[in-house]
Amino acid sequence: MQNQNKIATKELCYHCGEPLDDIKLSLDGYDFCCTGCKSVYKILSENNLCNYYSYNDSPGKRTQNANHFEYLDEPGIINQLLDYKHDKASIVTFYIPAIHCSSCIWLLEHLYKINEAIFSSRIDFLKRQVTISFKHEEISLRKLVEILNNIGYEPLISLQDVVKENSHSINKSLIQKIAVAGFLMGNVMLFSFPEYFGLNSLEKQFQHLFGWLNLAFSIPAAFYCGKDYFISAATSLKHRQINLDTPLALIIAMLFFRTAYDVIFINEPGFADTLTGLVFLLLMGKWVKQRTYHHISFDRDYRSYFPIAVTTINNGIEKPIAIEEINIGDRLWIRNGEIIPADAILMKGDAWMDMSFVTGEAEPIHKVLGEIIYAGGRQTAEAIELEVVKPVSQSYLTGLWNNENYQTDLKKQNFNDRNAKYFSLGVFIIAFSATIYWLFNNDNHKAWAAFTAVIIVACPCVLSLSTPFTLSAILSIFDKKGFYVKNTDAVEALAASDTIIFDKTGTLTCTENATLSYTGILDHYEQTLVASLIRNSSHPLSRQILKHLHYEEFLPVTTYSEIPGKGISGTIHHQKIYLGNSSILPKNTAIKESNGTHIVIDNQYKGSFQAVQQWRSGLPQFIQKLAKKFQLHVLSGDTDQEYAALKNMFPTKTKINFRQSPHQKLDYILQEQRKNRKVMMLGDGLNDAGALKQSDFGVAITDNINNFTPGCDAILTGNSLNLLPNFIALSRDGLKVVKISFAIAIIYNCVGIYFAVQGTLYPLIAAVLMPISTITIISFTSIATHYFAKKNKL
Amino acid sequence: MNILYFLVGCSVLMALVFLAAFFWASKTGQHDDVYTPGFRILFDDEENKSDENHISNKPQS
Repeated sequence: MQNQNKIATKELCYHCGEPLDDIKLSLDGYDFCCTGCKSVYKILSENNLCNYYSYNDSPGKRTQNANHFEYLDEPGIINQLLDYKHDKASIVTFYIPAIHCSSCIWLLEHLYKINEAIFSSRIDFLKRQVTISFKHEEISLRKLVEILNNIGYEPLISLQDVVKENSHSINKSLIQKIAVAGFLMGNVMLFSFPEYFGLNSLEKQFQHLFGWLNLAFSIPAAFYCGKDYFISAATSLKHRQINLDTPLALIIAMLFFRTAYDVIFINEPGFADTLTGLVFLLLMGKWVKQRTYHHISFDRDYRSYFPIAVTTINNGIEKPIAIEEINIGDRLWIRNGEIIPADAILMKGDAWMDMSFVTGEAEPIHKVLGEIIYAGGRQTAEAIELEVVKPVSQSYLTGLWNNENYQTDLKKQNFNDRNAKYFSLGVFIIAFSATIYWLFNNDNHKAWAAFTAVIIVACPCVLSLSTPFTLSAILSIFDKKGFYVKNTDAVEALAASDTIIFDKTGTLTCTENATLSYTGILDHYEQTLVASLIRNSSHPLSRQILKHLHYEEFLPVTTYSEIPGKGISGTIHHQKIYLGNSSILPKNTAIKESNGTHIVIDNQYKGSFQAVQQWRSGLPQFIQKLAKKFQLHVLSGDTDQEYAALKNMFPTKTKINFRQSPHQKLDYILQEQRKNRKVMMLGDGLNDAGALKQSDFGVAITDNINNFTPGCDAILTGNSLNLLPNFIALSRDGLKVVKISFAIAIIYNCVGIYFAVQGTLYPLIAAVLMPISTITIISFTSIATHYFAKKNKL
Repeated sequence: MNILYFLVGCSVLMALVFLAAFFWASKTGQHDDVYTPGFRILFDDEENKSDENHISNKPQS
């Protein structure tokens, strides 16, 4: 078994499966691509956990450099993270993005082998969460996280984790209501059967019992299971609006009172079967609508991007504090790769800020002492000291989330709620005219019967089911293609959009596939020199450059040094070589461009490597397809060096704007919305977050679904961008399906109303009509949706 | 036919027991994760033991 593995992975890293470089690291006869993978293997083999490698070939993932977890020693932060704390044991849940296969499950559930203080660990694979219970007296939370980090499963600890949402419990109460409704419906059906088949004289004695039992079952159906409809109806009436829940609440109430009246006063069976069936189906519709993606969060804001704590310096003593406790005037100590959580002034050190999340500009920006650095920037060089000028929640970028513009969200009404008004009006007109007709004919009993029956039979139940079933069928088609839409209401917003605004970097271009281009000339010997130097560095850019070079051998390097975020230098055969950004080069070097990775050999400038961003594949065709039906705009936070390329791709009337700040993007969307346009925004980073939130339909584009995405209505994987026109077409067809099913429902209602206005609606007819119409509608919507999906090639 | 009174009571009681069982299951989180347990059952403890014997006799750290 192990021999086979060895042969199969000969050219690949045993741990992570990446192709091996020229430098091989071996242990126990296995080859590894980097020290990270090797050390994970070492830990696992020391703890008899090599089974990890027997379930899957190369199950690991290459890990990043060391992280700092000092903040996990702070009691305040520990308490926020722990789910549960007992005098001996604690339970904590972590989100670990690296979980991806059965080996991960096996390893993480055998953590107790690594440290005996861990009682147990349980994985929830779909949510990528691990719940660990441990003895907090023997192992600290920090130690626990370090163990996870050392075996390549670094938990993602962000502020959003601390602020745990309780959407889960809402869902649970709905499921309980469905269970109760199902129980009630089943029992009521059982007791109604004798009534359906006609009672003989012997069975007559039970009629009373069954009637009362049904009435008893109707009470929880109406007032426990149907409670939400009454609450929703009351709130919407308070706002002087009618939503779909208003007629539903009315019908539930009407069914209940009619049943109570029939059973108590005239000893008839009543409509208990219809009532319980209706409530059950309505709740099912609600449940279908509430389907969620466990692994994706749409409501992320800056809190899930920022770390949970930051190191402060007070009189020379380093101390980690929670982000929300940062005050103006605090001194922050930001290391290489860490994020600045609040607007701050640079006090000490050399700052090379990667502001890509704030501005969209990919190249790191050099900041000098005394300059303000906005929150969200990531330091890419040595550790720096900063003084906070604004608290976290009011910083330049985070302020985007507290913008008052977002209040408009409440006014969005979906198709159903818009029609509910007319529907209710129609039902009332019919009900009252039938009542008045029978009152004129002096038949009080029939007047009451007709009034209640019309309201019962005109139930918009089908309407409230067809939308969730259709749209959730569309959602599941979308997510098979890598387009994750937040909820069914968002599908309607997608269908309504008529203007599309693109961000450039990361949206139209693909950040992961950036290629290198070299300006300058390197002869073969110089290439060998650079390659010999660069093979010592594990920086991703170094590896990319190494692939770019032609060389046969490596020369011995003396005095090698690597400065994080700046570059590397070394001496080969008495020739001094520098490689990195402009700050590492000897002072008097004349460079043409400030960006890129420069090479200096023996004080002679040789040229630089520039990262060239790649447009996503199939972009021109995709743009052309969209341009026929939509107004297109481009908003880029970047410089205008790509203007010509964009101009070629987009139709001539497209507005292309560069150097847009996050706030300008937001305002641009607002302007378009004031022109009564329904705006769809496609963006990626934090700099688009405001615009995404303001737009009618915000789409976050990502190449890895586990990466950070800002709050949005939908997440689209980069590869599926081409399919966007098809997605929009399908969402429009989906609304068509909803409208057709609405028409079908009305036909059924007319049949019911025909009996109802005559006052001859027997409970049996109502009880049969409702399930038949429901089944018709549900099967129609699912068939039609799949037909349209095929038509749109999805 | 009076036995029906008893039977009806029994049937309602049975249904209530099932409902309570469902409530208990959902409260203790048995429906929270219906995916991972399927994997868990496939893990082989036997192989694990033989591995320990073969590879090393190092004490666990």
